Amino acid sequence: MNAELVRVTLFSVTMASLATLVMLPPGVALGWLLARRRFPGRTVVETVVSLPLVLPPVATGLILLRLLGRRGPIGRILDQAGVDVIFTWKAVVVAMAVMGLPLLVRAARAGFEQVDHRFEQIAATLGASPIRVFFSITLPLANRGVMAGSMLGFSRALGEFGATIMIAGALPGTRTLSTAIYSYSQTGRDTAATLLLAVAATIAFVSVFVSNRLGSGHLEQPPSPSDD
Amino acid sequence: MTDTSVILDFAVRRGSFRLDIHEQLQSSAVAIVGPSGAGKTTVLDAIAGLRRPARGKIVVHGRTLFDSDSGIDIPPAGRRVGYVPQDVVLFPHMNVDRNILYGTGRGEPPLFERVLELLEIGSLAGRPIDGLSGGERQRVALARALMSGPDLLLLDEPLAAVDVALRGRILPFIERVRGELGTPVIYVSHAADEIRRIADHVVVLESGRVLRVESVSAPTPA
Repeated sequence: MNAELVRVTLFSVTMASLATLVMLPPGVALGWLLARRRFPGRTVVETVVSLPLVLPPVATGLILLRLLGRRGPIGRILDQAGVDVIFTWKAVVVAMAVMGLPLLVRAARAGFEQVDHRFEQIAATLGASPIRVFFSITLPLANRGVMAGSMLGFSRALGEFGATIMIAGALPGTRTLSTAIYSYSQTGRDTAATLLLAVAATIAFVSVFVSNRLGSGHLEQPPSPSDD
Repeated sequence: MTDTSVILDFAVRRGSFRLDIHEQLQSSAVAIVGPSGAGKTTVLDAIAGLRRPARGKIVVHGRTLFDSDSGIDIPPAGRRVGYVPQDVVLFPHMNVDRNILYGTGRGEPPLFERVLELLEIGSLAGRPIDGLSGGERQRVALARALMSGPDLLLLDEPLAAVDVALRGRILPFIERVRGELGTPVIYVSHAADEIRRIADHVVVLESGRVLRVESVSAPTPA
């Protein structure tokens, strides 16, 4: 594999890892919120979070372009702060994070739903604040779901194409595995495209395999206590 | 002189179930008895702040934990109540030590060594929860509740899940907690022999209502 293919692979893995880190805080927060809280507009939040799963990725990319472009509501503020996003590596991270978020939220939510509320209640009677209960009880007990979701989100990020091509293009500095496979196959570099395909398939297989292993671990958690 | 009054004057609604209790007791060891579904755990949950009464007042040893008229509703973390639920609920991702020490950030807890010695669980230090027997789990849960420095101990059928022989071995530990640490107890149980040894007053509950309150004349000394 030549230097270009190695560079594209490393860049993609780095960007997907960064995107996973970016999506973790909102993903965990949304997963917890949807699993634990009933509030007006909950279904709307649930739907909006899931939208990138069903919208054409190119459409999601267009929405991001409108938001983050220099004339967009977020892009204008970023531009004034001297931060350029569109057609940079940051746009790759944003596209990957947005596309991977729904999978993380779903798995994290399932993880939180499996944590028996009784553990949290007893922790509270022992004097723990809600924040301490969350970080010492809820999150550790839901961690398999969160980890599985992170791996799924990472896999989705790594395979992202439509939104990425819209807001980051396939420039030498923003080329990911997906966009490189597309570019190479369009320009007749079939061997390079096939090699990258093998790399992408291997990484995706490992990520999803680990995610499934973590997800099935839910069933091995200790039996939940019950109320009278 | 220590105020040992317990005022339980509240109503809880849970679906079609309704619990109404209006009792004022002068006691440091109250037992609540009644058939399954009578509302015994609901009473303990309301005292611990885990279930909000629709209205009423809960005062334990001079401290108002809940008063709907005054808008007082101390959150569970501030009630200084040690709760040992029926199903024990040891934190499965923590070992014995971490479970026992979980609540020690609050107040002035009894000494760790004293609690370990009292409950004879010093040898369990560092062990994972998975390998503990039923009796060991009960004692670890009791130690964890005691280490949080509670003003009141709520014990929900702590011996229901253990066999008769084990029950005979654990009961003295509960008596010692009451006798040596002087922690007031509200004790839910089906078993008359346990109640005679632990409690000085018995509240008989059925279908969410108090049928009667009995005085246990001569509790066995600890």
